[in-house]
Amino acid sequence: MLRGAWKLWALGAASLAAAAPAFAVPQPGGVDFQTPVTETAQRVHAFHVEVLVIITAITAFVTALLIWVMIRYNQKANPTAKKFSHNTVVEIIWTVVPVLILVWIARGSFPLLYEQDVMFNGKNPPEEQIVDIKVYGNMWYWDYTYNQNTDQEFVVESRMLRAGDADRPLNTARGDIAQLSTDYPMVVPTNRYVRLKITARDVIHAWAMPQFALKTDAVPGRLNQLWFNVPTPGIYYGQCSELCGKDHSNMPIELWALPQDQYDQWLVAAQADPLNGGRAYLDSLPRPGVTQLAAAE
Amino acid sequence: MSSDANHAADHAHDHAHDHQDPKWYSPSRWLFSTNHKDIGTLYLVFALCAGVVGFVFSGFMRAELAEPGLQLFNGTAFGGFFGDEHNYNVITTMHGLIMIFFMVMPALIGGFGNWFVPLMIGAPDMAMPRMNNISFWLVPVSFFLLILSMFVPGPPGNNGFGGGWVLYPPLSGATGHPGLAMDLVIFSLHLAGMSSILGAINFIVTILNMRAPGMTLHKMPLFAWSILVTAFLLVLALPVLAGALTMLLTDRNFGSKFFEVAGGGDPIMFQHLFWFFGHPEVYIMILPGFGIISHVISTFSRKPVFGYLAMAYAMVAIGFIGFIVWAHHMYTVGMDVNLKAYFVAATMVIAVPTGVKIFSWIATMWGGSIEFKVPMLWAIGFIFLFTVGGVTGVVLANAGVDHSLHDTYYVVAHFHYVLSLGAVFTLFCGWYYWFEKMWGVKYNGMIAGLHFWLMFIGSNLIFFPQHFLGMQGMPRRYVDYTPAFEQWHQWSTYGYWIAAAATVVFFIGLFEAMVRRRKAEANPWGEGATTLEWTLSSPPPFHQYNDLPRVR
Repeated sequence: MLRGAWKLWALGAASLAAAAPAFAVPQPGGVDFQTPVTETAQRVHAFHVEVLVIITAITAFVTALLIWVMIRYNQKANPTAKKFSHNTVVEIIWTVVPVLILVWIARGSFPLLYEQDVMFNGKNPPEEQIVDIKVYGNMWYWDYTYNQNTDQEFVVESRMLRAGDADRPLNTARGDIAQLSTDYPMVVPTNRYVRLKITARDVIHAWAMPQFALKTDAVPGRLNQLWFNVPTPGIYYGQCSELCGKDHSNMPIELWALPQDQYDQWLVAAQADPLNGGRAYLDSLPRPGVTQLAAAE
Repeated sequence: MSSDANHAADHAHDHAHDHQDPKWYSPSRWLFSTNHKDIGTLYLVFALCAGVVGFVFSGFMRAELAEPGLQLFNGTAFGGFFGDEHNYNVITTMHGLIMIFFMVMPALIGGFGNWFVPLMIGAPDMAMPRMNNISFWLVPVSFFLLILSMFVPGPPGNNGFGGGWVLYPPLSGATGHPGLAMDLVIFSLHLAGMSSILGAINFIVTILNMRAPGMTLHKMPLFAWSILVTAFLLVLALPVLAGALTMLLTDRNFGSKFFEVAGGGDPIMFQHLFWFFGHPEVYIMILPGFGIISHVISTFSRKPVFGYLAMAYAMVAIGFIGFIVWAHHMYTVGMDVNLKAYFVAATMVIAVPTGVKIFSWIATMWGGSIEFKVPMLWAIGFIFLFTVGGVTGVVLANAGVDHSLHDTYYVVAHFHYVLSLGAVFTLFCGWYYWFEKMWGVKYNGMIAGLHFWLMFIGSNLIFFPQHFLGMQGMPRRYVDYTPAFEQWHQWSTYGYWIAAAATVVFFIGLFEAMVRRRKAEANPWGEGATTLEWTLSSPPPFHQYNDLPRVR
């Protein structure tokens, strides 16, 4: 009977997850992860649902026990207390069963960790399938270097837009989002392996992208790597996730995933002139936003 | 654990009329005190004051975060009193440091530990009473330095240290905070650390040498066990923090390069050292509470603690494992994947002894005759809340998921469930359990009950929605956020006002008891209260156990 209950729980939770609409940004009143975009993020999401079912069941079980003892063994219901203080069988059960539950969780947890951390999930894609971008965290903005160590190397700096700011005004009419939109996004192609090499120039920052289930610190003097492969064109947002001083809240990450042909055109324009050429090309595109994402699904 | 109650009581009243007792208003009684009960009282009063400061600071944060945009920390509000975004970081940093080092630790270890370890093990006082005095008096000095740091230069053009309680360089180094503020924070923590190490040595020596005849370690009350384990954690963990802080100090002032990349140092090394201290530190804050809960559950269920030895050794196990899991705070720094996998496994193991404790508390109630007095409400509330905080810890232990949740409000919710709703609930649990014993007067049950219910509702309302914020990706330590996060932040701020009302009710209860002066009983809890402190008068005589009690 308990097994049946388990299945019901899992089914309910899974259907909830499946029915969740696709949104590319945090939602007012949202209680779940942002919609996972990459395959890895979807697996993180599914694993979290699995663990959530387990911990909810454990909490419900403990709560039920507490309520039961409060009803059955309060002073009125049970005026004379029993005096036992040992029960070896029960003690063995509540040691062994948690161990088994943890082993069950670990079974899903370790493969997930290795999938995220081992570059390209252990696959060995041909070099031309890989896009390398160097990421620097600065107080308080990000910059992205493309084609590093080639004669086509160029850098784009990415700073937050603010309402009423003279240089970088927030334009909600075109879809900018307060505290998330930047003056220049990181641009990547879809369906390619993107490898970020992340470091910092001053203090520690952290590059995070919730919809890819990714987060890695940008540490001065260290080079951390991340990889992802975005299947869907779209605009994705993250925020600096390591306290870095006064404007820690004001250095978001905006990422545009473009189809290969658009990415190539942007690259050409940006190489020539990152600011005027590249940014102008991005502005000429229909924003790969929520609509495209929903349509692609 | 059973004791010869009559025998102990005979000796308790020997000194009830001791004419040598110093008057309560004599400054020398408190300044030069070597009496464990007086020092315990000093610790509790200090922790109350520091707790109010820390709580008010969290109110500043909740007011700021009630809606998007800058309400308080915008340079102009209230005549610029709150300063700018940097000062918000200063407030979060100070809230963390104050609540950990100047509220929870002084109250649970310094306060209840000093008061009740000697009473429970049948000792006349602590083993080193004068060292006990310096242990306490270092704490206010340390607190003074910390508060002072808020008013001296930190980063260029700003006052105070705003790098978080974890003090990571380079933000805490010459790069991020060249000013004097960080040096004051370092000195403050050095003093607080020294105080705790001295206190811990005192507890270890007292517990190992001064137990009443017949009280073997395996008969010792669980609160004494919890303090013993905590003391060992302190002695082993704090020197590592002191080392890291000293290296930071010399990096900042004398040109060493321990954590400076330009000179071949590594900022991640600081994080390893810090969390080697920091993770045991969270058990330092909760273990004494575990001890208190065991006594309260047993007392009000009128039943001996279920699985006494398992309970004691679960704490030892938690203490030991607590030392080998530190890097689960650092899953995103760029560690090798195999190293992460180890820390995932080790971290999940902690759930097992913790589960043993939760289930043993419930088994203690099982078959009992439960009386829902105020301390019992806090204890049952604690078990539920600690379970919630514990299971989200299991989620965070999985590095694969933690990559999404690290440094988000999910983590904030998790550690406030185990600390703000865990450790603090045990603190109030102990406060009401021993109120009569310590102060010699009874508290008003109605007021105390109201305090519990307001606090239970308020703190859940503050912290439960923060899980949702974290899931949605709201990062920690943000003074401003995108409008989508507003709804849950509002709920959280409403919760704060309820918790603030609870705090007011707490002080009303304290003053009511002070004014009404209802005479305390030696043992108000009846047959369930079996430990030695209940064999003494309330309050206990200035010097107790001049003839040692015998434990069968």
